[in-house]
Amino acid sequence: MARISFIESIRQAQYEELARDPKVFLMGEDLVANVFGTTTGLIEEFGTDRVRDTPLSENGFVGAAAGASMVGARPIVDLTITSFVYVAMDQVCSIIAKSKYIYGGQVKLPLVLRMCMFYGNSNAAQHSDRNYPMFMGMPGLKIIIPSNPYDMKGLLKTAIRDDDPVMSFEDGTLWSQKGEVPEGEDHLIPLGLADIKREGTDATVVAVAGGVPLALKAAEELSKDGFSIEVVDPRTLVPLDRDTIIRSVSKTGRVVVVDPAHQSCSAASEISAIIAEEAFESLKAPILRVTTPDTHLPFFPNGEKALLPSKHRIVSALKRLLN
Amino acid sequence: MSLFMHIAQIYFRNRMVDMENLTLEQYYEGYLRMLRIRKFETRAEENHSKGEIPGALHTSLGQEAEVVGACMALKDDDYMVGNHRSHGHPIGKNADMKPLMAELYARKTGICGGKGGSMHLSDFSIGSLGETSIVGSGLPVAVGAALGSNMLGEGRVTLCFFGDGASNEGAFHEALNLAAIWNLPVVFLCENNGWAVSMPASKAVSVENIADRAAAYSMRSELVTDGQDFESVYIATKRAVDTARAGEGPTLVEVKTYRFAEHAVNMGRMLVDRGEELEEWLKRDPVEILRIKINEMVGDETRLKEIEEQVEREIEDALEFAKQSDFPDVADAFDDVYSERVSDFYGLS
Repeated sequence: MARISFIESIRQAQYEELARDPKVFLMGEDLVANVFGTTTGLIEEFGTDRVRDTPLSENGFVGAAAGASMVGARPIVDLTITSFVYVAMDQVCSIIAKSKYIYGGQVKLPLVLRMCMFYGNSNAAQHSDRNYPMFMGMPGLKIIIPSNPYDMKGLLKTAIRDDDPVMSFEDGTLWSQKGEVPEGEDHLIPLGLADIKREGTDATVVAVAGGVPLALKAAEELSKDGFSIEVVDPRTLVPLDRDTIIRSVSKTGRVVVVDPAHQSCSAASEISAIIAEEAFESLKAPILRVTTPDTHLPFFPNGEKALLPSKHRIVSALKRLLN
Repeated sequence: MSLFMHIAQIYFRNRMVDMENLTLEQYYEGYLRMLRIRKFETRAEENHSKGEIPGALHTSLGQEAEVVGACMALKDDDYMVGNHRSHGHPIGKNADMKPLMAELYARKTGICGGKGGSMHLSDFSIGSLGETSIVGSGLPVAVGAALGSNMLGEGRVTLCFFGDGASNEGAFHEALNLAAIWNLPVVFLCENNGWAVSMPASKAVSVENIADRAAAYSMRSELVTDGQDFESVYIATKRAVDTARAGEGPTLVEVKTYRFAEHAVNMGRMLVDRGEELEEWLKRDPVEILRIKINEMVGDETRLKEIEEQVEREIEDALEFAKQSDFPDVADAFDDVYSERVSDFYGLS
């Protein structure tokens, strides 16, 4: 296994799937210019038909991906920054999410919408969304939200081969993170399978995306005080591996849910509700959420840093449960 | 068949071949399909008012000539995208009416298993890629189908139906620009029926003809001023389809027509009094116009009457099929969200 970055794991997943299946193609803005580094070498290998630059027409080309997938192609759409999906919401919510259903299963839409969550870097509120929770409320869309290069590559490859529309929320704070990642076709991670990133017995942290490395650091810090913290990463929000979460909470009796999204109706809120409904008897303390408060992320760096989940905030929450 | 009729048919068929337009058989086929739409929607409206059909029902009565004229310009395996006013589109492309009627009745045997209803009456087996009820949302899908067809090397043309209202949506402009820069085999067919719910096109559209908007995308256009004439629509659409199939890119076709009914039927009140405008258009019934034309050409009603009897039977069969079919089970609401069945955490199924 090679040690590669999060960005490189995306590039490899796309490269391998383009090479494997001629029906796969990639489209989006500024792919030829390779702005983020996810198309390095792809143009040379697959040409500009299959790695297709688009005009600034998000609703148009996301809808075109839907149409292409209906006739048998398997498009990957690179929407670059996740805020741009708002321009294409009609196609995402009324066509992509619902076509299979309203037509009674006559059609499938095997497509992937890739979006980077570009927060934590003073790009102000319009460019800093972590907006996956709003799509958890829209049946018909699958959602992957990987937290390391290994998962990123394995989940993206599975998403490209899946027969349903998949949204890939890629956390920009993880871009430079490196990890061991297998090369080749066989590295596939099933959707709907959580991963226990660290085993423990005293409390559970369920964390998503950039919250996962923060939770691991918090667990490490508390281990010095003799606490054993389990860290569960759902890896996909739709489908959601409820069983692994419930099993962990049933074992530890204490849980903090970490989610970089805004608190109201966040992934953390849904996971907390599931735990309350299904594992209430196991709980020795309230469920706590570490999220972003319901205000926008400001441009000023000290403000943005204070609002986002941090190791310190996770440690504080855990201490509240453990004491 | 009388000898006279036989001679007349041969004469007429030859004349049509000379004109490179329609044969007499195609005229009869056009009449058959237009009459199917007319009867299908008329009976659906009646039974909707009796409470047999749930939900909203938008009819295309008055637009049958443009629907069928355009559909008949396609090959069987060409693609088609419709909208909320789309009962006619699958019928125009020769779909079986039984599953369509059963869908209106929300039955398990409906074309969409009872999950879509009137606004999504889409039959994928005849090349439909959806009838989508968010105005304008089908245009980007049609562009994608044409792109996919090109990339997969299939040579299929996509025909996209939309109305005057949709031509003011951003999706229209994005779709036309994409189709133009990528030179895609798609025909955008604007069914300009004069009204977007209560908003007249004369107040809502900045150009005199929607076809004029093609110039902004360096796109070919066709303007059919008499959309009640089946042949005129066929000729213009066929030219656009042939151009697309030859790899010469998209065309915007505008057809001037009119919807005879309200925006949706049985709404309880008239939204807009269209007054004399409606009266004038009702005098130009496309089904009647085609019937008279064929009768003038052939001078014998025998075949027309056979077609009329056939359609009556087909409609009765479709209604019987629909009414005798079961409603879906509640459990069916959990299918077709994904390839895998959705978990029913609430025990409803």
